[in-house]
Amino acid sequence: MSQDTLFDKVWDLHKVSSLPGGSDQIFIGLHLIHEVTSPQAFGALKDKNLKVKFPSRTVATVDHIVPTDNQSRPFKDNLAEQMIETLEKNCLQHKIRFYNIGSGNQGIVHVVAPELGLTQPGMTIACGDSHTSTHGAFGSIAFGIGTSQVRDVLASQTIAMNKLKVRQIWCDNELSYGVYAKDLVLHIINKLGVKAGVGFAYEFAGPAINALSMEERMTICNMSIEGGARCGYINPDEKTFSYIKNKLYAPKNESWNKALLWWKSLISDENSIYDDVIKLDASKVEPTVTWGITPAQSVGINQKIPLLKELHPNDQFVAEEAYEYMAFKPGQTIKDTPVDVCFIGSCTNGRISDLRVAAKILKDKKVSKKVKAFVVPGSEKVANEAKGEGLDKIFRDSGFQWREPGCSMCLAMNSDKLIGNQVSASSSNRNFKGRQGSPTGRTLLMSPAMVAAAAINGKVSDIRDFINK
Amino acid sequence: MKSRFSPPIGKISQINGKCISLIGDDIDTDRIIPARFLKCINFDSLGKSVFEDDREPLKGNHPFDLKENQGASILIVNSNFGCGSSREHAPQALMRWGIKAIIGESFAEIFYSNCIAIGIPCFTLTKKSIQNIQKLNQNKYLFLDIDLNSSSAKSKDLNFELEIKESTRKMFLSGEWDATATLLENISLVERKFEELPYTKFSYDLSSSVGKN
Repeated sequence: MSQDTLFDKVWDLHKVSSLPGGSDQIFIGLHLIHEVTSPQAFGALKDKNLKVKFPSRTVATVDHIVPTDNQSRPFKDNLAEQMIETLEKNCLQHKIRFYNIGSGNQGIVHVVAPELGLTQPGMTIACGDSHTSTHGAFGSIAFGIGTSQVRDVLASQTIAMNKLKVRQIWCDNELSYGVYAKDLVLHIINKLGVKAGVGFAYEFAGPAINALSMEERMTICNMSIEGGARCGYINPDEKTFSYIKNKLYAPKNESWNKALLWWKSLISDENSIYDDVIKLDASKVEPTVTWGITPAQSVGINQKIPLLKELHPNDQFVAEEAYEYMAFKPGQTIKDTPVDVCFIGSCTNGRISDLRVAAKILKDKKVSKKVKAFVVPGSEKVANEAKGEGLDKIFRDSGFQWREPGCSMCLAMNSDKLIGNQVSASSSNRNFKGRQGSPTGRTLLMSPAMVAAAAINGKVSDIRDFINK
Repeated sequence: MKSRFSPPIGKISQINGKCISLIGDDIDTDRIIPARFLKCINFDSLGKSVFEDDREPLKGNHPFDLKENQGASILIVNSNFGCGSSREHAPQALMRWGIKAIIGESFAEIFYSNCIAIGIPCFTLTKKSIQNIQKLNQNKYLFLDIDLNSSSAKSKDLNFELEIKESTRKMFLSGEWDATATLLENISLVERKFEELPYTKFSYDLSSSVGKN
């Protein structure tokens, strides 16, 4: 059993009681809500005649259903309009702070909370969204919950949960030139598989992790859930503290010094005990692209799609399903696969640094005429910052459409969808069958830089050929 | 017309019903209920849309459409069932279709906890046992009586143990799977925790500024 890791310390500090069945009652320090998984929870509160216990510990925004072309109200989609109205009404009634469209702080919930300084080390953070693991990048213990648990957090600020085991994933050396956090996390999921993380929190550590910026760390923790781990985290350091400092909800003045001391006390001890440790060499990671229907089915850009016999017997069943769905032949190269749609955005890779990397590649270049390309900033703040730097113009000049913030085609709950069996090069997090809005649509996950390169060439390309030119 | 759906309440110890097998590893929640059906403010209409995009191209030959599987309530699945999105709409859709218990090789974590939270016990068995049951179920009707007291299942010709986490088993037997009441019993401890945690004092209080976005 793990001991003295950040996870153990934060868990123990938030434990309210041991429940009769053997699970723990855990206090949730920050609860984030959005329009998709909260209405039924508020409905259940009403049915049970319950109030929101600590309205100040819940913050709302709207992201999944918002259109990214025309955001004027009422939305063209009646159901989407009904969902945003329900959230507005619930937040008003229960006195919950809501960052609505036009507030300057609306956006994807996992982009917004860190940029507001809401996300801090040592907190427990829950949200009705599996990518809540993102916030672990700050040394918080953050995990996705379902709607019934959203109800429980609203009513009691706690949930019932079994303590997780802790696996340290130690990344030696540093990423090579042209290789990004997205490539590293896809590589990790490929090596460990999509279900290895079940029952575990992942602690990402080592020189390669330390070298990452906060936004890159968010990309890593964001995809923990794609490896089965409900929670992933990174111990906080000076980069973490300086990212938080002066943010809207960051501790100020004397509180800042107290916070720093407390945050530092939570870092995993040097002699802490892990349930499992895995080491890998980050310098060996190549730009990575998924070829299949799970995020573990990926290859380096210069590698071939694996043959059935090269895979573990347990992975062969899904591989066969993937070859057929994706229309790939085992042994074929992923490089040069033609793409129809290029999407830059999502809680994985829709932050300002992602847009900067892509814009740098697109500057003075044109998107292939065969490709529909669009960029969806992760938040209004990201959009404004990008506009301030002239990135929107670079995207537009290259042929990318510049959209309004939201989740967009990551899960296609708005009108941004693949059509038929189109192939998308996507900076998002899931390549499941039908994920991007068409039941036969095909998704290739990759870094934003690789999406930009694919957009220019109209096919999957090695970003290193671009930046060396 | 089916009668109006009524969700489970209270203690759950016995589940009896016909099995439906769904073969495949890593079946994610986007497949169980595609995102477009999440545009709703209640779960009522989800039952008919379960596995919609897997069912449509099979024109009536998907397990959830086969005549012999209608009325089934025990779902038999393979490995890592329910991976991906945290949407509770996935188990809610299964439940509203008629599923009352799931037996599988393994489950994704958030899906598993969502199932507990809405009263669907999930049991695990070895890969081989699951495959045997699915094979048996392929050729004929399989009715199971599941007993949570003994963590076992039996049919006319079968009798086997089921694996379930002890904490989960107890929650179903006591009715505490519906956690809200239990959590609220400790509300004074929760209030004390709120006071104890340093960050509730040094960070922010949003309640003073609601509406001033």
